[in-house]
Amino acid sequence: MPIRLKDTDVVVIGLGMAGGTAVLPLAQAGIEVVGLEAGSWLTRRDFAPDELRNNVRGWPMAVHKTDGEAPTVRPNSSSPTTRGGHPMMNGVGGTGLHYWAQHWRLNPWDFKVVSETTRRYGASRIPRGSTVEDWPFGYDELEPYYDKIEYEVGVSGQAGNVNGKIDARGNKFEAPRRREYPMPPLRWTAFHDKMAATARTLGWHPFPGPAAINSRPYQNRSGCMYHGFCNTGGCHVDAKNSTNVTTIPRAQATGRLKVVTHAIVTSIEVDAQSRAVGVNYLADNTEYFQPAKVVLLASYTYENVRLLLLSKSKAFPRGLANNHGQVGRHYLSHHQGAGVSALFPFDLKCWYGLPAQGVAVDNWADDNFDHAGLDFVGGGNLWVMSDRRPIAASGMNTFGMAPSWGSQWKAFVKENADRSHNAYIQKTTLPYEENYLDLDPEVKDPLGFPVIRITAEFKENERKIAAFCQDKMEQWYRAAGAVQIQRAPVGGAMTASTHAYGGTRMGNNAETNVVDRWGFAHEVPNLGIVGASVMGTSGAHNPTHTVQALSWRTAEHLAKNWKQIAT
Amino acid sequence: MADEKPRVITRREILKGAGVAAAAVSGAVAAPSTVAPSTVAPSAPAHAAAQRATPLEALTAQEADLLDLITARLIPSDALGPGAREAQAVRYVDRALAGALASSRDAYRSGLAAFDRYCRMSRGKPFAELAPVDQDSVLIDVETGAATGAGAGFAGSSAQFFAMVLNHTRQGMFGDPYYGGNANFVGWDLLGYPGVRTQVTAADQQALERNQLKPNRRSAYDNEMFNKATASAASEGSHHAD
Repeated sequence: MPIRLKDTDVVVIGLGMAGGTAVLPLAQAGIEVVGLEAGSWLTRRDFAPDELRNNVRGWPMAVHKTDGEAPTVRPNSSSPTTRGGHPMMNGVGGTGLHYWAQHWRLNPWDFKVVSETTRRYGASRIPRGSTVEDWPFGYDELEPYYDKIEYEVGVSGQAGNVNGKIDARGNKFEAPRRREYPMPPLRWTAFHDKMAATARTLGWHPFPGPAAINSRPYQNRSGCMYHGFCNTGGCHVDAKNSTNVTTIPRAQATGRLKVVTHAIVTSIEVDAQSRAVGVNYLADNTEYFQPAKVVLLASYTYENVRLLLLSKSKAFPRGLANNHGQVGRHYLSHHQGAGVSALFPFDLKCWYGLPAQGVAVDNWADDNFDHAGLDFVGGGNLWVMSDRRPIAASGMNTFGMAPSWGSQWKAFVKENADRSHNAYIQKTTLPYEENYLDLDPEVKDPLGFPVIRITAEFKENERKIAAFCQDKMEQWYRAAGAVQIQRAPVGGAMTASTHAYGGTRMGNNAETNVVDRWGFAHEVPNLGIVGASVMGTSGAHNPTHTVQALSWRTAEHLAKNWKQIAT
Repeated sequence: MADEKPRVITRREILKGAGVAAAAVSGAVAAPSTVAPSTVAPSAPAHAAAQRATPLEALTAQEADLLDLITARLIPSDALGPGAREAQAVRYVDRALAGALASSRDAYRSGLAAFDRYCRMSRGKPFAELAPVDQDSVLIDVETGAATGAGAGFAGSSAQFFAMVLNHTRQGMFGDPYYGGNANFVGWDLLGYPGVRTQVTAADQQALERNQLKPNRRSAYDNEMFNKATASAASEGSHHAD
């Protein structure tokens, strides 16, 4: 029998960007919180600018629970599965410790893909087989929370629309925001300036993208040092605003958040009334039961779905909150592949900087352009950044101009190591009936529990967006002087992703969604779920800001309605 | 974390601390070699062995000599500057095989033995005795998988072995010198990488753009603020985050 611990108000499973955000409004409201985290605390001393350790060897200083739980992958239900790695990590702050920290709001269209597509182009334009729904609320309802997160954690950026007033320096396609960002955007290099100027000659509207990285000192933490090791690297001056340096320490300071590290949660328990009563976890080879009035599930998309499917009981024989068979459905991984590579005849001076320091073009994102003559819906965000390290540079695309070793190769990299560039293009991705997560019937984690199986592939709509965006990106690169261009394939199987959405989708209809508009399970009223697993669409921008805004909103709703939800 | 205890102590660190005689150590770590000593040609490998400033930690002398010849063709020293040999890429691989890349130790043992056998079978000579152009043709056979199944005994495709060696050679050429390679920063100089810094000011970036930024010849771990304890520990996971 597990050791029964002292009761708490809320137990949070996972202290990454979702759970690590939710703990603050709860603790501030006087609620006692226990946060269970599989990883450990890492600090700036652990974040050396070391490409071998960070980018090649995958963070040996961290706990790697995720590696043993890496999902299996197959494009469709008649294909065999393969198994790759798990792209996320464990630790207080989660993958926020080493993410790129691009911190975008979604576009209003992303919340209303069905109704807006139908209104503008007719219902037949919704891709066949898609299970997409409008979100249960629009952008306006999330705006206060986006604003909250921008100021609570610190986001650098250039506003493009403050209360309807367009500022040409920012993104003219963004929805109205109530005020400016708390910090100016990260600085640009000469290459950024050149790419932005080129975009303007094409009639496009380039702007600096938003980042959860301090562009100047903020909340007693340093500004960015631009040292070039931000991509999959932790910040040595705490300028990257992951929850381990922002919301979690503030929640701890209230005295009402207890952080438990190295805790592996194995199941969520329910009583005869279908109410969650606490969670079982393993730490130092000892089993514990943490009773709680409310359970907040805040691990990553794959683990959120997995823990629900593993938590079977009399009331929930197919897994917790899954009596409608919706857990694992409406899965999508962001179409962020299908990039474009360019070779320039001059050095780009990209050795320093960071992926979040970039030029964005949103002219071809979401529904910012007329799709009347096109055969797809949605679009992509074009992103040009400064990010290069020596080992990665040595593995550069040789554009068919040199072999991969020997004197010819050496001459090629000597000349071109700083002349190549890879565009990052995030694209609208929709959920489909045929794309889903379930438990793998064969592959198990080190504890003997089944891992998640991803059955998913990019469909026609996503592949058409990819080809369209590659055309635009090539046009941009060529106009800026690129002499060689290579395009990646437009997309096949959806492998385990850093942008994984759905599986516990949010919606008013309990027949097609796992959680309600506030993030609480339709079938288990005191079980909240936070993270991108509640999102039903991806938009064309990184998910973390929306994840944090939704987490704050769910936690605030819980605090305001404590009696109804907790008893 | 701040109070973390060193969990991994490499043989190299023990050696450094204790100053153990090299002879005793090489005896202690020598693994049974599948490359017969008699097959080692006198000239080039002897040169490599003479260059070896520090004792081997995982590879045998024969393995290290052959690997040195291979890496010297993968990234050759030529008119454009020093190559993998000068970077001491083999020292990097050897140390890594005793630590973070220990899981690749067997692949090197069997791969280098198969490489040697393939060379003798197909060219009638050990690799060391071939002219550079012939050495390259052997490497192309191994790279393309053509050396697979010819009786040499590559475990799997020879292309797999080649890809591993190329990958690790690049790591040894372009990684942080803390790990034993990139000696005298020759790899970073080749690429024009101006070095690891903890801060790049706007003025630094502008100097870089004017080709006036002075290369910073330091390892990340020359900065006292960073914890070395886990730098050589193993983790096979590859984490990408955006």
